[in-house]
Amino acid sequence: MARETIVQFQIERLEILNPLGEVDSELLPPLSDTQLLRLYELLLLTRLADERALSLQREGRLGTFPSSLGQEAAQVGSAFALNSRDWIFPSFRELGVFLSVDYPLANYYRYWSGDERGLLCPPELNIFPINIAVGTHLLHAAGVAMGARYRSDPAVAVVYLGDGATSKGDFHEALNMAGIYRLPLVAICQNNQWAISVSRTRQTAAETLAQKALAFGIHGIQVDGNDVLAVYRATAEALERARTGGGATFIECETYRMSDHTTADDARRYRDPDEVERWRDKDPLLRMRRFLENRKLWNESNQTQLEDRLRQRLDLAVTEAEAVEAPVAEDMFRYTCHQLSSRQLEQLKECDDGHP
Amino acid sequence: MAILNLVQAINQGLQQALAEDDRVLVFGEDVAADGGVFRVTEGLYEQFGETRVFDTPLAESGIVGLAVGLAAYGLRPVAEIQFLGFTYAAIDQIYTHAARLRARSRGRYTCPLVIRTPYGGGVKAPELHEESSEAFFCHMPGIKVVVPSTPSNAKGLLLAAIADPDPVIYLEPTRLYRLLKEEVAEEAYITPLGQARIAQAGDQLTLIAWGSMVERSLKAAHNYPVEVIDLQTLSPFDRETILASVKKTGRLLIVQEAPKTGGFGAELAATVAEEGIMSLRAPILRVTGYDVVTPLPLLEDYNLPSEQRILSAIEKLLSYP
Repeated sequence: MARETIVQFQIERLEILNPLGEVDSELLPPLSDTQLLRLYELLLLTRLADERALSLQREGRLGTFPSSLGQEAAQVGSAFALNSRDWIFPSFRELGVFLSVDYPLANYYRYWSGDERGLLCPPELNIFPINIAVGTHLLHAAGVAMGARYRSDPAVAVVYLGDGATSKGDFHEALNMAGIYRLPLVAICQNNQWAISVSRTRQTAAETLAQKALAFGIHGIQVDGNDVLAVYRATAEALERARTGGGATFIECETYRMSDHTTADDARRYRDPDEVERWRDKDPLLRMRRFLENRKLWNESNQTQLEDRLRQRLDLAVTEAEAVEAPVAEDMFRYTCHQLSSRQLEQLKECDDGHP
Repeated sequence: MAILNLVQAINQGLQQALAEDDRVLVFGEDVAADGGVFRVTEGLYEQFGETRVFDTPLAESGIVGLAVGLAAYGLRPVAEIQFLGFTYAAIDQIYTHAARLRARSRGRYTCPLVIRTPYGGGVKAPELHEESSEAFFCHMPGIKVVVPSTPSNAKGLLLAAIADPDPVIYLEPTRLYRLLKEEVAEEAYITPLGQARIAQAGDQLTLIAWGSMVERSLKAAHNYPVEVIDLQTLSPFDRETILASVKKTGRLLIVQEAPKTGGFGAELAATVAEEGIMSLRAPILRVTGYDVVTPLPLLEDYNLPSEQRILSAIEKLLSYP
């Protein structure tokens, strides 16, 4: 008889690119210059598209909008590692993911202007609808992962969540299943420190979110979520593990929500402005730009040209989004089920005959 | 044709669905080696192996959420929740996701899943094992609700539910599992969803029931000119059959096991009031469970509509000229 330690665990943290733009060259993922520049372009596109959304919202041209400001690296770095067969399960703050896989920006804007048609995923992609119900979609990713394995399909189910979602029961049920069935699943948690007004320390007493993976028997890692290269590398490793039968991974991307929760929120009510300022120094775009400049891949003139080009692209997306004709009453009914009941058909007629 | 009870008929339906369509997967708590706590899935794990028939961890929301993903991927999950009372933990997945995936994705993804679960009282089981909460699901656009009442329709409705392109809640009346036996066709067949069955023809009174109350209503009504409609599918329900019958009989009785207030009988009564009231010669009556928390076994016979309560309502309605 004895009292002894029977098992011990450790949690890794991965950082490759620091806020000064310096890299650990041994950890640098094998990306070409073109790919590095593409990553930066996607970071910038996300930031500008986000900024445009906020200004459209202020003008009354978009509804309530959740900003991705500050979280671009966690979104772009992870999505950049995916291939087009992988399934994506977004939560509601993944503009950078949608842009990285070439989801039509006009559709994204339309969704946030209150048009369900914005969620219609193009046939070449597999993106589940934006999930407003926090954390429930990890289970759908588990189901798709199981389906993919059943069909010997090399697709991986990649699910995005926030720190708040780790408190939900479905988070635990899903990752528990991912462990039991050894599913090809990657859960990417953007720990942005705040679930509306509740801080990360009020979601869990655990020292890291990454360690939650251990209890499910899956791999867990924390990365600097503002380091696009670290996020990319951790995601690529997790995808490889998933595709080769090594099971699921939970990646905690430590980042910060620089903006309000949504345009309907005022974060000054509950958080310290000094904290926001401290995170400003860790900006994900700035450090990538410094890195590219250090490598002589980028300069001020490149920056100006790229910004101009991206702004033109945003103008086109906004024009396209706003040119779409308003939805009609039938759109409410037609996707309820494959065949409407006699009562639904009567209701549709009643609705069509009247006015909103 | 073999004589089967409900358990055997559902088991045969599952076996045939698994054999005919490799998209069909059966899973839930204790469904594999144990064959389900009521043995509904007995032998399936042995025949089809653990990729087709498997146990899940004890997580009802997880079971339904997993099914949503499998269905969206293109498979035909048939998930078992051990008792209806345990689906409450999964209502978020049912209503937030299964019911609206087709709509939220604008038709890109669909959710052809089946949730099988035993429901209802009369089996002297512990708390939460005898619930009759079908009305919850009938209030969810996008969800179909099916309740078999005989071995034959149990098999046919199950196969229809599995073939249906949308999510179906399939409620198995626990009290009838081994009570009813009849000849069931050996081959696979479909009993169409959305269609009621005339369980007994009659011209003086329309009695609507579903699930385990069909058996009890038939016992009460067999010597009376009562048309007993077995609803079979609650959502969407067969309005046409009900209205045609009421037009003929002029009297309506609804028998449900669930609490009265907000029960599915209320929807039926309101429909006949809206669309068939001119045919009525008497008030619409409901015989129901009471508005109480489902009691434990020593009190359950007070709550479940008895043959006598149904009979009294029939006689009262027939007394109207």
